[in-house]
Amino acid sequence: MTRYLNLYFTRIGFSVLTALVGVLFALPLVWFIFAPFNPRAEMGLAIPDPFSLSNFETVFGNRFALRGLWNSLVQSVGGVILVGAGATLASYALSRSPIPGKNVITYILLLFSSVVSGSAAMVPIFLIVNGIGLIDTQIAVILVFAGGLLPTAMFILRDFIDSIPKSYEESAMVAGASPVQAFFDVALPVIRPGIVVVVVWAFVNIWGSFLIPFILLRSSEKMPAAVAIYSFYSEAGTPIVTLLAAYSLLYSLPVIILYLFVSWKFGFRFFGGIKA
Amino acid sequence: MASIRFDRVTKKFGEFTAVSDLDLEMGDGEFICLLGPSGCGKTTTLRMIAGLETPTSGRVHIGERDVTFMHPKDRRISMVFQDYALYPHMNLADNIAYPLKVRGESETKRHARAREVADVLKIGHLLERMPSQISGGQQQRTSLARALVYPSDVYLFDEPLSNLDAKLRLEARGFLNHLQRDMGMTAVYVTHDQAEAMALATRIAVMDAGKVVQYAPPLEVYRRPATTFVANFVGNPPMNLLPVEAMVADGNVQLKAEGLSAAPLPVSRAAARALDGNTKLTLGVRPEHLTIARGGEENTISGALFANENMGPETLVTLERDDAARFTARIFTDESLALRGTVKLGFASEHVHLFDPGGTRLPMDHESA
Ligand SMILES: Nc1ncnc2c1ncn2[C@@H]1O[C@H](COP(=O)(O)OP(=O)(O)O)[C@@H](O)[C@H]1O
Ligand SMILES: [Mg+2]
Repeated sequence: MTRYLNLYFTRIGFSVLTALVGVLFALPLVWFIFAPFNPRAEMGLAIPDPFSLSNFETVFGNRFALRGLWNSLVQSVGGVILVGAGATLASYALSRSPIPGKNVITYILLLFSSVVSGSAAMVPIFLIVNGIGLIDTQIAVILVFAGGLLPTAMFILRDFIDSIPKSYEESAMVAGASPVQAFFDVALPVIRPGIVVVVVWAFVNIWGSFLIPFILLRSSEKMPAAVAIYSFYSEAGTPIVTLLAAYSLLYSLPVIILYLFVSWKFGFRFFGGIKA
Repeated sequence: MASIRFDRVTKKFGEFTAVSDLDLEMGDGEFICLLGPSGCGKTTTLRMIAGLETPTSGRVHIGERDVTFMHPKDRRISMVFQDYALYPHMNLADNIAYPLKVRGESETKRHARAREVADVLKIGHLLERMPSQISGGQQQRTSLARALVYPSDVYLFDEPLSNLDAKLRLEARGFLNHLQRDMGMTAVYVTHDQAEAMALATRIAVMDAGKVVQYAPPLEVYRRPATTFVANFVGNPPMNLLPVEAMVADGNVQLKAEGLSAAPLPVSRAAARALDGNTKLTLGVRPEHLTIARGGEENTISGALFANENMGPETLVTLERDDAARFTARIFTDESLALRGTVKLGFASEHVHLFDPGGTRLPMDHESA
């Protein structure tokens, strides 16, 4: 009997604790949803009264901030296309071809990438980009992002492709397909869930980055949203909470939409070979 | 249809030799089985015909064409893979019709043809399904349909039945046999199941460690296994092999072993010369050639009853001698059920196989050649 009582109280205690932790994490999210619609929003949580879109009106009046969102989109889409295409082709080659030492190549690249995309390499990257004469161009930002993200993307995708039986492409080739046909007809559709994962991951990474565009770009009309968001801080560095809240919501929408779209269309699932 | 020829083909993976100095001719319209234990190089051999592996040295011919370095797509072959390799994103119709799509056939034509083949294989009602929505047996037939949907010179099979359960396997085996009789296709079929090889092959190539140890029609492999390896691999249960002392005199061999009473055996003259005096030989007798001794048998062998397994039509009686060597008999009469203690089994001299110390079979006198 006491055993059951004990168990009861343990369960109740556990539930209360998890509920508290949940609320702790939910509070900022609730603020995040309410504050943009509250013309008198502060750091504290409050139900908007009156419910208004005036914050958004002000934000939409800020050309620099709106351009920032567009720039973020350009940089993210550009980077994602490079990372997606590059990682797919490279990891397919690494997985399928008998290149000697291909494991070493992958690991060395992975090691370098954590250095390259880190802030430690900012000075040499700046010097290189400056040397090529690409400072203050979107291309420079896209290339640096792609270079930093590619190795990890290749690593993830290669693991995925390794788990797909070679017999798919082999059976296609025996049936009369050229290697290119076998890749596009058979391998690519099977790899696609892996590519989707990598693309989402790369998009979110670039979308949220501040340092690289901040250093490589000069003109304010090329800055992405992560930089532009600072236009909602006063000269003294204090945030204008109302506008910041509205802009943050706009800033996070593309990522949320991407997640929803992908999980609706592809479901983030992995499928490998068929087992009998 | 075309013949296949291996010309001194060796395949190495790094330092490891998977196929060693292979010379093999497969005739037009033959159904060749590559039989051997796992890892002996069967799949590698098959993949060299398909062009999925390139020989380290030597040449492969299909018909008159030297295909050694030819891309798989140009070889005019079909292949059924062990894991079926059905494309998970295509329905069965598109899976089966894929080879026709690559050949640029129109969609109506290739779907009509896919339906034709699928109907023969009794999967016509499943054409809209995806591969993950059908059973293992149906997947197997789909992969077979994809191989049959276009005419090929050579059909290749890599253990196509090994993922099926026992009952389906028998059914599929019968169908393949029927297909071969119907189409007269040239086929190379890899298996580690000796029963499949016996049932399907016009000739069996028994492989061991990258080499072909015997290449002959199934009955020949069964009746005159070239080595103890083949004897042990073909037959279910496999041939009993016992070490014996042999004394040769006047072209006859006298065998001696614990529990064995053997009549002098005539051995061909050449073999007798090779034997030369006392030698340790291996005696081989198939389980189905042993009977319960009633007196009057040419040869008998006895041991303590170890196991007595009733299979329905027959009983597997296993005896154990003092030196722990065991041998098994397939007994087709009910008296086996009453056996107790020490049992004596008899066998005729014509069913005796002798192998020299190296494991090579000695030709017997009653055999030609
Ligand atoms: N791609 C490969 N790389 C290295 N070793 C291999 C490769 N393919 C096969 N082998 C080796 O070659 C030997 C023969 O393989 P395989 O032809 O697949 O045997 P089987 O089909 O008779 O079971 C095995 O020992 C296997 O480990
Ligand atoms: Mg194999």
